[in-house]
Amino acid sequence: MVEPLRWQIGTITDIQPQTDRVSSFTIGLPDWRPHRPGQHYDVRLTAEDGYQTQRSYSIASAADHVPEVELGIERIADGEVSPYFHDVLVTGDKVELRGPIGGYFVWEPGMGGPLLLVGGGSGVVPLMAMLRSRQAAGDATPAALLYSSRTIGDIIYRDELARLAAEPNGPVVAQTLTREQPPDWDGYARRIDAQMLTEVVGNIGGMHASPLAYICGPTLLVENAAAALTDLGLAPMRVRTERFGPSS
Amino acid sequence: MGRRDRATGDTGSRIPPGQYLTRDFPVLSAGPTPRVDLSTWQFTIDGLVGTPVSWSWDEIQAVDTRDFTVDISCVTKWTKLDTHWTGVSVDSLLESVELDPSARFVVAHSYGGYTTNLPLADVVNGQAFVAWAYDGQPLEPAHGGPARLVVPHLYFWKSAKWVRGLRLLPDDEPGFWESLGYNNHGDPWREERYTGD
Repeated sequence: MVEPLRWQIGTITDIQPQTDRVSSFTIGLPDWRPHRPGQHYDVRLTAEDGYQTQRSYSIASAADHVPEVELGIERIADGEVSPYFHDVLVTGDKVELRGPIGGYFVWEPGMGGPLLLVGGGSGVVPLMAMLRSRQAAGDATPAALLYSSRTIGDIIYRDELARLAAEPNGPVVAQTLTREQPPDWDGYARRIDAQMLTEVVGNIGGMHASPLAYICGPTLLVENAAAALTDLGLAPMRVRTERFGPSS
Repeated sequence: MGRRDRATGDTGSRIPPGQYLTRDFPVLSAGPTPRVDLSTWQFTIDGLVGTPVSWSWDEIQAVDTRDFTVDISCVTKWTKLDTHWTGVSVDSLLESVELDPSARFVVAHSYGGYTTNLPLADVVNGQAFVAWAYDGQPLEPAHGGPARLVVPHLYFWKSAKWVRGLRLLPDDEPGFWESLGYNNHGDPWREERYTGD
């Protein structure tokens, strides 16, 4: 019998803006359990009249031994929960949450590869946990991230991704900007397609190496990327997906 | 907390605890959307039955097609009210098979390999149907087309997309999500989200 996941009161220890709309919230946990990269936490808000609402947010931090967790939260303009995080909560505040949750959209060193990560927008958050965990473990599984954002200002973890890519055995990081590109942009400038996936996978042994693919982002991106990979010959069982409408 | 997504008035009582109301129809699946050819599509009831029975695409629509209007709740927190489906009740399909009295559980199997387990008592007596149309249109592949199971009184992962059959079993066998930390039963009104809830 697995012990139930209990609600607990965490304390916000750090808030780092990543973009105009996305911030990293680090939360200290009294009843901490180690997580696996790709998992999420549920957050619950309770109003004074007792009304409660919950949302799920992905963990960005590496699997770690520190009793805290970093969540990546995008501000949804008309949302119920995310504006509270962005506009109200400050370091030292308490928040109710439980986790870690999820056991399929998970990659950790030892699960093999090559590892192909495809992210759109804040869908990069759980993929970041995988890359950070891979790095922290000194794992050399060939890995590539293809990350789609609207504009350069929307790229989450931009500097850290560049640093990771420059490390020995660091992941290949390919970016595409779908809406607007700066003049000196040397990445892709269109929506993710089969050609782009083929080129990125070429860096980690090609499609015949049968990469283990994780795709997270808006539904359309996930549907298209997953279909393109299976069209290119990747077995459906090698493709794991996590889709979101906005988790407001 | 800012704006509330809770419905007001009499619909408020139809939102299970911890859920919010959505007007979209979010898509959630663990892998690629399988492509299913209608010319070879089959729905099969097997396991603890006298003789396994299969229906082709045309045959299942000739059994007892009905419209269903139900509220659905996903474990990812959204609830959608008054969704309109067309399909056939699991009761009507079970009329064609001879059930072994020892059958107490079912596992729904899907194209693409997905499985989910349910007590037999949760899919009979008007509680579950196989649907091939949503809002009067053929069910989109991303939402489970050609056909999906719909069990509206349980979290929506129990409503297996791309369903290809039900297997009757004497004992409970956890399905895909049920083996990965999600609750074995999944009643939204009891917030049976995760293992141990």
